[in-house]
Amino acid sequence: MLHLEAVFFKVLSEEMKKTLFDKVWDSHVVKHVEDGPDVLFIDRHLVHEVTSPVAFLGIKNRGISVLYPERTFATADHNTPTINQHLPVQDPLSANQLKALEENSKKYGISHWGLGHQKNGIVHVVGPEYGITQPGATIVCGDSHTSTHGAFGAIAFGIGTSEVEMVLASQCIMQPKPKKMRINVNGKLNFGVSPKDVALYIISRLTTSGATGYFVEYSGDVFRDMSMEGRMTVCNLSIEMGARGGMIAPDEKTFEYVKGREFTPKGAAWDKAMTYWKTLFTDKDAEFDKEIYFDASDIEPMITYGTNPGMGIGISKSIPKAEQVEGGVSTYKKSLGYMAFNEGEDMIGKPIDFVFIGSCTNGRIEDFRAFTSIIKGRKKAANVTAWLVPGSHQVEAAIKAEGLLDIIHEAGFELREPGCSACLAMNDDKVPAGKLAVSTSNRNFEGRQGPGSRTLLASPLVAAAAAVTGKVTDPRELMKEFA
Amino acid sequence: MAYDKFEILTSTAVPLPIENVDTDQIIPARFLKATERKGFGDNLFRDWRYNNDDSPKKDFVLNDNTYSGKILVGGRNFGSGSSREHAAWAVYDYGFRCVISSFFADIFKGNCLNIGVLPVQVSADFANKIFTEIEKNPQTKIEVNLPNQTVTILATGEKESFEINGYKKDNMLNGFDDIDYLVNVKKEIVEFAKNTPL
Repeated sequence: MLHLEAVFFKVLSEEMKKTLFDKVWDSHVVKHVEDGPDVLFIDRHLVHEVTSPVAFLGIKNRGISVLYPERTFATADHNTPTINQHLPVQDPLSANQLKALEENSKKYGISHWGLGHQKNGIVHVVGPEYGITQPGATIVCGDSHTSTHGAFGAIAFGIGTSEVEMVLASQCIMQPKPKKMRINVNGKLNFGVSPKDVALYIISRLTTSGATGYFVEYSGDVFRDMSMEGRMTVCNLSIEMGARGGMIAPDEKTFEYVKGREFTPKGAAWDKAMTYWKTLFTDKDAEFDKEIYFDASDIEPMITYGTNPGMGIGISKSIPKAEQVEGGVSTYKKSLGYMAFNEGEDMIGKPIDFVFIGSCTNGRIEDFRAFTSIIKGRKKAANVTAWLVPGSHQVEAAIKAEGLLDIIHEAGFELREPGCSACLAMNDDKVPAGKLAVSTSNRNFEGRQGPGSRTLLASPLVAAAAAVTGKVTDPRELMKEFA
Repeated sequence: MAYDKFEILTSTAVPLPIENVDTDQIIPARFLKATERKGFGDNLFRDWRYNNDDSPKKDFVLNDNTYSGKILVGGRNFGSGSSREHAAWAVYDYGFRCVISSFFADIFKGNCLNIGVLPVQVSADFANKIFTEIEKNPQTKIEVNLPNQTVTILATGEKESFEINGYKKDNMLNGFDDIDYLVNVKKEIVEFAKNTPL
C-alpha cells in the first residue's frame, strides 16, 4: 500500500514538471499519430498575400471550405508599396496577389485588413496590437517570423503553404513535437545594448543552425526586465538560429499589454483566461533537452558582417578569421567575398549607403523611439538613403502622437507607410546591387534586400548612428550625454 | 492524393557543396508573386544561376551540362531561412525529386515532405563521399530507396540508411498528403474545438 502511494506521488510529481512549451503544446494535441506527428489544434491563423493564394486554390480544388473562418485573420504586407498607398498598386503581379487575398477572404468570411484599411500592417505587428495574439494560444502563419508571437507565451511558428491549406481546411497541422531548449541570460544589460543586440549575440554564439529541431524558451533577468516590444524582437529572431519558435512566460507586463485590446476576452471570459494564463510557466525541475547560459554583461551593440544572421560580432570587434569560425572555410570566404569584406577588418568606420528602420523585427514604436533618440538634433548624412517604415498604422499614429515625426523631419528623414518593405524587397524598396545597408530587419542573406545588395543587421540605435554619420558607428559615442 | 508516389529513385545527382543555402537563394522573394504553383523551376537559384542581364552564369552548377539528374546534393544546413514553400516548389518544378544533405533546416524539410520531394539526411562523411564520387565521375548514380530507407552510391556500393517517420514514409510511398488524413479525422477535430474557446 505504501509502495503504491509512493508510485502515485512519483507519477503525480512528474506530471507536474512541465515546461511552458509542454503545457501549451500538450493542451492542443487533438491526437497523436503512431510513429508520426501530433495533430495540433491551431487557435489563431494569420495569413498574408504571398503564401496563401495556392492554399486557397488547394481547398477550392478539393471542394472543401474553411472550417473555422473566425480563427483566421488576413492582412496584406509583404508585397505592398510604402508610398502612395491610396493609389492603385502599379505592379500588376503584386496587385493581382492583393486582389486574390481580398477575394479569398471575402469568399470564405475571413477578416481582411487590406491595403488602406486602418488595421493594415505587418502581420506580426498587428496581431499583438489587436489582441489576436494571446498567452497560451497556438498561432501559425505562412511566415517564418511568426515566432514573434511567442513573446506572449504563445506557441507560434511559421508554416509552409501546404500547412496553410491544412489549417484552412481543418484548423490543425501535423507536427512532430520539437525538442526543448532553454536560453538563460542573467545579469544587467550594458548601456546602449538593446533587445536586438541580445538576439544577435545569442545567434552569433549558437550559429544560424544551432537551434534547429528545438523550440526555445527565453528565461532570466534580461527577458524579465524587457518590454513586450523587446520580447517580440527576441522571439522574432528565434528562427534565425534555426529554432522553430521561441517563447517567454507571460507575466504582469504581458497581461497589462493584452488587456482591453479588440480581440482579447472581456469580463468573465477575461477572468477565466487569466486563471489559465497564470499557470503558464515552466515548473521547477522541468527538463529541457538543452540548456544554455549567457551573461548579460558580455553583450555589446552588435552588427553582422556576413550573409547569415549568425555572422555577427560586437560592433567594436573585427571580422573573424576563417580559422576562428565553425563550419567550412570555403563557405565563409564566399560569404565575405560577397560582402566585399576581408578577414580581420574593423566594422566601425565602413561607409554605408542605405539605412532601413522597420520590419516585424524592429518596426514597433519602441524602435522609432530608439532611432529618434539618436537623430534628434542631428542631420541625416548626405551619402545615406534612409527608409523609415512603421510596422502598422498604429505605430505610425504613435510616432505622430509622441512628436517623433517632427524629430524625423527636422533631421532630414521621411516616414513611409506601413509594410514589410526593404526587409525582403518584394516591393519597390530595393537596395541596389553593391550598395551597403544597415538594416533593423532580420536577414542578411545574399540579395535579400535587392539583387546584389549587401546587408548589415543591427539595432535601431546602431542604424540611427549610421544614418547620421554615413558610416558604421558605435551608437554609444552619440549617446554620451545619456550615459 | 496530392503528389507522385515515391519508391526507389536511381539517378545521377547535381552537387552544390555550399553550406547554409537559404531559401532566398533557392528562390528570391521577387519571384513569389504568383497566385498559382507554376513556373518556379525557371527561377530556382535565380541569382546564382543568372547575371543581371539574364545571361547564364557559366560557373554555376545548373548551367554546367556535366551535371544533371533528379537528385540535388546540398551542403550542411540546406534550406535555412524563410518558410516559403515556393523554395520546395522550385526544387520540384526544376525536376528534382530528392535533396540529400548532412543537415536540413526544419521548415524547408517539412515543406519538401508535404509536396513529394524526399529530403534525405545523411552523415557529413557520407555526404562528402557523394561529393567526391560525383567529382570523380559526374555520371555516378545514386539510389535512394524509400522502402528500405537507404541511400547507395552505386559505383562503390557504399550505403547509408536515413530516417523518416512511419507516417510520412507511408504518405510518400502512396502519394497521400496530410490534408487527406486531417479531413478523415474532422469529427475528432470538431469535438476538440468545442472545448477550445477562441
